[in-house]
Amino acid sequence: MDVVLNSGDTAWMLASTALVLLMTPGLAFFYGGMVRSKSVLNMMMMSMVTIGIVSVLWVFYGYELAFGHTSDSPWYGGFSLSGLGSKVNDLTNNGGTYPIPLLVFAAFQLMFAIITPALISGAIADRAKFSAWAVFVAIWSTVVYFPVAHWVFAFGNKVGDTVTGVGYLAGKGLEDFAGGTAVHINAGAAGLALAILLGKRVGWRKEAMRPHSLPLVMLGSGLLWFGWFGFNAGSALAANGIAGLAFMNTQVATAGALVGWILVEKIRNGHPTSLGAASGAVAGLVAITPACAFVAPWAAVVIGFIAGILCSLAVGLKYKFGFDDSLDVVGVHLVGGIWGSLSIGIFGASVVNSVGINGLLYGGGLALLGKQALGVGLVAVYSFIATLIIGFAIEKTIGFRVKKDAEVEGIDLNEHAESAYEMYSSSRGGSSL
Amino acid sequence: MKLITAIIKPFKLEDVKEALTAFGITGMTVSEASGFGRQGGHTEVYRGAEYTVDLIPKIRLEVLVDGSEAEKVIDVIVKAASTGAIGDGKVWSSPVDNIVRVRTGERGTDAI
Repeated sequence: MDVVLNSGDTAWMLASTALVLLMTPGLAFFYGGMVRSKSVLNMMMMSMVTIGIVSVLWVFYGYELAFGHTSDSPWYGGFSLSGLGSKVNDLTNNGGTYPIPLLVFAAFQLMFAIITPALISGAIADRAKFSAWAVFVAIWSTVVYFPVAHWVFAFGNKVGDTVTGVGYLAGKGLEDFAGGTAVHINAGAAGLALAILLGKRVGWRKEAMRPHSLPLVMLGSGLLWFGWFGFNAGSALAANGIAGLAFMNTQVATAGALVGWILVEKIRNGHPTSLGAASGAVAGLVAITPACAFVAPWAAVVIGFIAGILCSLAVGLKYKFGFDDSLDVVGVHLVGGIWGSLSIGIFGASVVNSVGINGLLYGGGLALLGKQALGVGLVAVYSFIATLIIGFAIEKTIGFRVKKDAEVEGIDLNEHAESAYEMYSSSRGGSSL
Repeated sequence: MKLITAIIKPFKLEDVKEALTAFGITGMTVSEASGFGRQGGHTEVYRGAEYTVDLIPKIRLEVLVDGSEAEKVIDVIVKAASTGAIGDGKVWSSPVDNIVRVRTGERGTDAI
């Protein structure tokens, strides 16, 4: 029977796609508020330029490399420079035909490809040369994200009963609904590699590097939370019960993590903070991303709550090990992503989703946990090593870091010739026109 | 002629301004300042990382007065700015050689 386009599913996917796009400007606010006032524009621009670069690459070869069917390889999709021109009338085929246009699926997946490299930028705040960052985004997307998206998200070309070109981890039975491995572990491991490679900011641990605007951070976390409903519930690729489950789990896990994080702060430091609430929400969103369609809502609360506690403790590790992961990409995205991906091995239940298999608590033994661990390990190791190599090559050719005096004076002024705020009216100056 | 400089708590600015106006002072310069004295700083915590903030915000208020009024003006400021708690600030006076009103060119005490 031929699948015909379903307008309800298509409408939800169009809306979800726009929601996921909004996450990247949301991330720009979230990160932008956390840096000092002299580098907020650069921080936000690192996200914005990612939208520009990755969108262009996606049309010309990115989509094909991740989701194309020509290679029949578990490691990459295919090479084609058709610019998606031949796909305009196709429906989505990803391990089965979905009643939504391929271009809608391609646009939805593009938004994931955009936010993943943008997430990395928080690890190297205040000090990366903007041109080097732009080059990094293009190479990293090509060498790391597009292939890894194939490993995890490509369920192959299904014609009749034959499926070909299934991604390696998808074929191994990794359960990652919306990108715990491909997005968060991937970005987290890359962030760790770049933070080590670029080194610490001038004055790290000596000067106070306080967030310059916590209201911006709160705004950003709100936009991320809102957009994440598209990220997770949209990953059902349909307006159905699985989307509803993912939606509810996204909400309650995030709530659990928010409470978990500020509870740790209250006990440890005496004050629950706004930065803690915003960070806890994001930690919960990260952790529930892979699990959102495979666990019951009560389990989502537990996963989120543990994520809030775990990540709030993990963000202190950088001081212990001495790497300046400025905005805690490792502590939140790598640690939260690992926890969320493994949690499916514990809480996964086929009663909530017939596609999923039972985890430890539902009598499934350690089988699923093993598959999850394989996915976590493979993506983390590949991303870390590939990022080190790419970053090293950029450092040795065009240089990755701005000069010391430019960093101290402020990267906004030196890389963009702009300043975010007019601090004194006497600094207004005159026009050269 | 004297320049009276007062470092006070920001929330005391209105009280001091009112008291000085009531006394008959017709002008002053106010700026935001930061520093520390016996009060010391405070601690802020961001994602578990503690920062000691040494410099605390204060208001720096400057008034030019005739030498004979200086002691009285200082008393007015001290009375209005006092809370009795640590960190109330300091007031001092210093001699001024000359004063010129830019608009009229008046000099000395006429320019106050």
